Amino acid sequence: MQPDKALDIAVLVSLGRHPLTGRPRRADHDARGVELALGVESQYANAQLELVHAGACNTESETALRSYPGMAGLPSMTLLEQEEGADVIPVLGDYLAQREPQLVLTGCRAERGEGSGLLPYALAERLGWPVVNNLAVIERIENGVATVLQALPRGQRKRLQVRLPALMSVDSAAPAPRQSAFGPARRAQFDSQALASEPDAELAQWSLSAARKRPKRLKIVKAASARERFKAAAAKAEGGSGQVLDGVSADQGADAILKLLNEEGVLR
Amino acid sequence: MSELKRRNPRLEWIARNRLHPEHASVLATLGQGQASEWQGPNGLRRKNPHAIGFMGPNGIKRIDRSGAQQGSARQAGGAAQVQESRRAVVIESPAFYIAVVPDMTGGRLSSHDKDLLGLARQLADAKEDVPGAVLAILPAEHREQQLGDAGIDRVIILPEAPAGQFGPDHQLPLLESVERTFGPRHWLVPDSALGGGDLGRRLAMRLQERPATGVWRIEPDDSAPLGWGCTARGAADSLDIQRPLPRVVLALAECAEPVDQSRHAAEALTLEGTPSAFATRINDQGAVAVDPASIALAEAEFILSGGNGVKDWEGFHQAAKALGATEGASRVAVDDGFMARDRQVGASGTWVTARVYLAVGISGAIQHLQGIQSCDKVIAINMDAGCDMIKRADLAVIGDSTQILAALVAKVQQQGGARDAA
Ligand SMILES: Cc1cc2nc3c(=O)[nH]c(=O)nc-3n(C[C@H](O)[C@H](O)[C@H](O)COP(=O)(O)OP(=O)(O)OC[C@H]3O[C@@H](n4cnc5c(N)ncnc54)[C@H](O)[C@@H]3O)c2cc1C
Repeated sequence: MQPDKALDIAVLVSLGRHPLTGRPRRADHDARGVELALGVESQYANAQLELVHAGACNTESETALRSYPGMAGLPSMTLLEQEEGADVIPVLGDYLAQREPQLVLTGCRAERGEGSGLLPYALAERLGWPVVNNLAVIERIENGVATVLQALPRGQRKRLQVRLPALMSVDSAAPAPRQSAFGPARRAQFDSQALASEPDAELAQWSLSAARKRPKRLKIVKAASARERFKAAAAKAEGGSGQVLDGVSADQGADAILKLLNEEGVLR
Repeated sequence: MSELKRRNPRLEWIARNRLHPEHASVLATLGQGQASEWQGPNGLRRKNPHAIGFMGPNGIKRIDRSGAQQGSARQAGGAAQVQESRRAVVIESPAFYIAVVPDMTGGRLSSHDKDLLGLARQLADAKEDVPGAVLAILPAEHREQQLGDAGIDRVIILPEAPAGQFGPDHQLPLLESVERTFGPRHWLVPDSALGGGDLGRRLAMRLQERPATGVWRIEPDDSAPLGWGCTARGAADSLDIQRPLPRVVLALAECAEPVDQSRHAAEALTLEGTPSAFATRINDQGAVAVDPASIALAEAEFILSGGNGVKDWEGFHQAAKALGATEGASRVAVDDGFMARDRQVGASGTWVTARVYLAVGISGAIQHLQGIQSCDKVIAINMDAGCDMIKRADLAVIGDSTQILAALVAKVQQQGGARDAA
């Protein structure tokens, strides 16, 4: 049913960090990206999946990185070797420009480093591709157009049609990732390419420290007298300004409620 | 007669000074009745408790010893005075602009937006001799009344997006033309999931700036290029990054105190030369109907919540369906088995963040009210006009829940039918 043109999907995967122990693990958003890509791969015969990691690979991070091909049962994943503290955007940009995949999936925000969530946007600007954030579902890909659902806050979804090639970033609204299988993970090969790294000079100048607890905002009461201060401290939550409709018929009451609901725009 | 109150500070001073020889007569002319305290003939202090105090809410006389009140009837209107106490600020010729692009969820400034405007004011007001102006860029469909109170000096209203255009594709060229026209010193965008986080990153890339994301504090720093340093969250909230403040800033909620002392002009500006539409590769097909029952209670935007006062649960579920609301319940409704445990709202249930909360037959026990603290608009349907939920509600309808819900469902279906026919 599909034309024979190959549907190449690249998933950019990074090294995660366990929120409690700080140990390396697969990054949650990236793993969800792999899961979405696997869904597309099983749906279309011409789909081809490639996993790409840019960065350092050492004994510590290797197990974590291997869990991505372990999810997919892929024989290999691409590793663009970079030094610690390098800016990966130029390398990834060049690599993607040369490979020309149809669809690139990334996580919304990295779990290490600056974690600014800028990578998809920076790559898209560099490649001149459209970027869709908070991808939840890939419905179909036909004639070079992907129909996807974007996750909005409050559990809402929006349907978008995106002309490929495109970048899409995945966050926790996407389906939960499957487990990584140990055997395939162990057997997976790295296709390594050692590339010149561009150090991120700005990041190197900033001072990084473990996150401190943010101070809790105090409720500041601006009151002139003790009585006002006491009232503010002892006050119960009360709207005060609310409108009360007493002794109206059910119809009139429903009218008033409907008017407010329409004003707030919650009815669809 | 005019409503304007004329004050005579000298008389007020005499009224406060009970040793002044004219004290009694001045109190009388000020209409505050007799003096409450005076020196008796043999040098003793005499007090007249009937002349002081005010009537409390329950009709009982209360005496305030803090000294705030002297005569019997200091006129009410304190609330009005608090409103007026904001200092009016007009910035005629700003030295620079701080551009803010708030989220405006539901058409109003969210608390995150207000914090961000507070941050913008810090940046704008840092040096008194070079005043900056806060320029807010709002969507066409905004409904906020008090822009000036939030600290906005200038407003630009963006035109509405044509149907089918992806939101950021529409906004970005407009923001770029703001950049060209006004050249703001900083761009502030909320780092939120409500659109700000996405738009801010796109804007930064378009302006070729490296933004600071997750900023939660700024402080003056003379060694930084723009005179400010900031602290930002990084690496999934596990790092604090200290860095100079760049031009484009995505800030977290509670990054600064909202403006509460001044009232700004919120003068409207027009954006000239709206850029021509350009070909876009993303086509927006609009919102997808989501089953409201599948949305987590904590996330739901519109909740229909039922309590002990709901007599007809069939009708309640029907109403939730017709309104497209997520269902919630009070503890009593859950304990009685009418609703599932995961639908309970309140201290021992879920803390909800709905924009509209419709409480049917819920009395408003404190444990329940705690759970709806962050709801924007609360509507109550209840038989009892004196219950606490009515006090919390923005709109309360007193009456039988079954009838009112039935009437509401009929009206909503009628409205929906009319829209489908049109
Ligand atoms: C430790 C603790 C934790 C708790 N945690 C929670 C919690 O998390 N969430 C929670 O909800 N509660 C909680 N509670 C219980 C709470 O104190 C109240 O008992 C409960 O919220 C009351 O529920 P209700 O308003 O539905 O019932 P009621 O208090 O019985 O109120 C029913 C209301 O319906 C009205 N009514 C009656 N008939 C009609 C009618 N036909 N039409 C319209 N209105 C009608 C009545 O006027 C009344 O106002 C907790 C209590 C404790 C002790």
